[in-house]
Amino acid sequence: MNAHHSVSRRALLTGGLATGFLLAFHLPLRAAVNEPVQPRDATEGKFAPNAFIRIDETGRTVLMMPQVEMGQGTYTSISAVLAEELDADWSKVEVQHAPPNDKLYGNPTFGLQVTGNSNSIRAWWTPLRKAGATARAMLVQAAAAQWGVEPASCTASKGEVAHEASGRKLAYGALALAAQGQTPPKDVVLKDPKDFVIIGQPLKRLDTPDKVNGKAVYGIDAILPGMKFATVAACPVFGGKVGKIDDSAAVKLPGVRKVVVLDDMVAVIGDHMWAAKKGLEALKIEWNEGPNAAITTKDVWDDLRKASQKDGAVAKSDGDITKALASGDKFEAAYELPFLAHASMEPINATVHVKPDSCEIWTGTQIMTRVQSEAAKAAGLPVDKVIVNNHLLGGGFGRKLEPDMVIAAVKIAKQVDYPVKVVWTREEDIQHDVYRPVYRDQITASLVDGKVAGWKYKIAGSAVLARWLPPAFQKGIDIDAIDAAVDAPYDFANFHVEYVRAEPLSVPTGFWRGVGPNNNVFAVECAMDELARKAGKDPIEFRKSMLTKNPRMLAVLNQVAEKSDWGQPLPPRVGRGVCVQPSFASFIATVVEAEIDDIGEIVLRRITSVVDTGIAVNPDTVKAQIEGGLIFGLTAALYGEITIEKGRVQQSNFHDYRMMRINETPKIEVIVVKSGEAPGGIGEAGVNAGPPALRNAILAATGVALRRLPIDRKLLAAGKKA
Amino acid sequence: MHMATVLTINGETKSFDAPPEMPLLWVLRDILGMTGTKFGCGIAQCGACTVHVDGKAVRSCVLPVSAVENRAITTIEHVGSTPAGAKVQKAWLDLEVIQCGYCQSGQIMSAAALLAATPRPDDSDIDAAMAGNICRCGTYVRIREAVKQAANGRQS
Repeated sequence: MNAHHSVSRRALLTGGLATGFLLAFHLPLRAAVNEPVQPRDATEGKFAPNAFIRIDETGRTVLMMPQVEMGQGTYTSISAVLAEELDADWSKVEVQHAPPNDKLYGNPTFGLQVTGNSNSIRAWWTPLRKAGATARAMLVQAAAAQWGVEPASCTASKGEVAHEASGRKLAYGALALAAQGQTPPKDVVLKDPKDFVIIGQPLKRLDTPDKVNGKAVYGIDAILPGMKFATVAACPVFGGKVGKIDDSAAVKLPGVRKVVVLDDMVAVIGDHMWAAKKGLEALKIEWNEGPNAAITTKDVWDDLRKASQKDGAVAKSDGDITKALASGDKFEAAYELPFLAHASMEPINATVHVKPDSCEIWTGTQIMTRVQSEAAKAAGLPVDKVIVNNHLLGGGFGRKLEPDMVIAAVKIAKQVDYPVKVVWTREEDIQHDVYRPVYRDQITASLVDGKVAGWKYKIAGSAVLARWLPPAFQKGIDIDAIDAAVDAPYDFANFHVEYVRAEPLSVPTGFWRGVGPNNNVFAVECAMDELARKAGKDPIEFRKSMLTKNPRMLAVLNQVAEKSDWGQPLPPRVGRGVCVQPSFASFIATVVEAEIDDIGEIVLRRITSVVDTGIAVNPDTVKAQIEGGLIFGLTAALYGEITIEKGRVQQSNFHDYRMMRINETPKIEVIVVKSGEAPGGIGEAGVNAGPPALRNAILAATGVALRRLPIDRKLLAAGKKA
Repeated sequence: MHMATVLTINGETKSFDAPPEMPLLWVLRDILGMTGTKFGCGIAQCGACTVHVDGKAVRSCVLPVSAVENRAITTIEHVGSTPAGAKVQKAWLDLEVIQCGYCQSGQIMSAAALLAATPRPDDSDIDAAMAGNICRCGTYVRIREAVKQAANGRQS
């Protein structure tokens, strides 16, 4: 991919170099006192052929995880990929969080140690298979040397090398030290997927046994000797600063230790969270609210609607769009999506101990190395004096792609000499997020002979990537915001996509599960349903007629039609809606069946989703990600909206920023198609399927074509017409 | 100075200093170091902090410690020693309910209390008992199946 990639490739293939890096970078890693004892990543006395595999003399196989586990099951899937080519004994596999090190653990797509965009398996598929296969080859070489036979006459399986001709066998543990001295082969042969024994099985997850008994340790659970607890209040207006503080009442409260005033945030440190909270409540804070103190949601939308009238940067243009739109039956629509908060169940937190010459952090983050470098800046220390201990994440969803909570915690911890656990209340978590941007997506299309002849799609919204990874923002185009717009699945001969960068007034924006495609898939699939109605065609038949060049998409669409009983009669005010999406290199077709009652309330009845994600490393995880992603997306469609009044977020907790609950959850059937194609991404994908499929079910049930989310029940009461 | 508070947690007596209005959640997590019980919302909206008091599921984030002296408190760390809790934990693993897992301590505590009181719950019993527990990963379909499996002792 780039210079970084060649470094990581070299590290993978040359054991000696990798070992050197590891000894230099890993030894400071240490756990908080309440954590399960984890092995240090010391490589002495172990077979450590690369940054990912550690086998000791007992055969214990520890795999270092370059990607973080936030529920998506990647620890198990990454391990499966490594273990498959290693021919490891799966029952002996253990996982360990990797420390921050872009050279060793940088995601090959981003060149950074980052987990996001549903690409863990896609990015690591080949590098990790090579890492596993190289290690296996070295173990085989070690056994062959010991037996005085050709390596090619030996086989490996379940953590053992065998020489069938002589009936001899040696376990990997017994070979560990000898294998460490072997020269890695220059080229290794990877398995034919038909020979996979671990990949493709519905594997039991490695992280779940400790999640049923309270033993799993998340960042918020770190406990250190002498640690105190802090909670924060940031200026409620974006961009505002702390003005005057009166802490006379707060500091008198029992258990309150210290009030820390930062530029835009106040923290109270106490003996426990309760003392910190009571202390914060007792503070009198005057804020300098700054220039954004009058902004409202209406201002944001007025501004975005105005910006969206401009011509955008052209991201793709095939055929002659002007000519195509000049003929046929014309359709125009604008689709609008609100701000959304992430609301991970684990509220934002970071525990930090700043000493004169070092800074140590315990947290759960999707960006290990960025957290390390940003913490170094905040602490005023060199990067190598900052130790980051990563943890399981209690949900990430993109919020933990940001380092802000760690930077703030470092600034707080700098003012004391003991470790401080900084935990945000849910209210702070929701009111000081980086929000899924507001988007306005305009689609203009023409129909000729019942098919789309011209398709012009303009996206207006925030360029998250321009802030987050500036070099990726080129020629005025945010490749994330338009991802599934340029990658539309249909055969549109005249096809034009534009992007207008429009940063919302004052409100910070960030990646949110489903990322760019969650605006694109919604707009495209809503427009397709409206166009089908205009053409007088069934929504699935209409789509199929334009999927002639997309056999994988067509196949899942055919299957979902069958499995969802598409076309079968339904009671009044019940409808089925479909969504197809080719995002993240996965092909998914989904049907939502919903009832809209007389006052416009929505009852989800049934969801069917057919998924072709290529080789499904762990098919049960693929199913789980779609099930959960659907709920995540439908939660947004049904309830999700962050609104702004007087420059501040109006929502604060789960009573006014609602989540779907079990009683609202319908039967969900997910079918994972067998495929030999390279693995696609899956963590984000389910999120984007639900909203357009539900919206299209509502259109089928009521005739009302909603063009904004969340769903406005007032438009859906009985008797309302589109 | 406060009088020492004495609680019975997982069959053990724990004595500590805490203000009487301090919620049990923070006593467990920040004073006793029992971090299996989770903070999610602080206002009894999400259920992540669910524990058992005399066998009933309660939200510890709004429960003052003064209200639970002389009561039997059970947390996720110990629920596996109850028959219903053990069945629930097993079903949760058999069906791979869990994703991030952060809410699951609370889910398991609610499910265990449900099964202890209602050994054969139907869908509406499950909805009523579990609707107070939010799962942001959206594991509800599997939670429902796992509660049924734990109740029936069979694979669904």
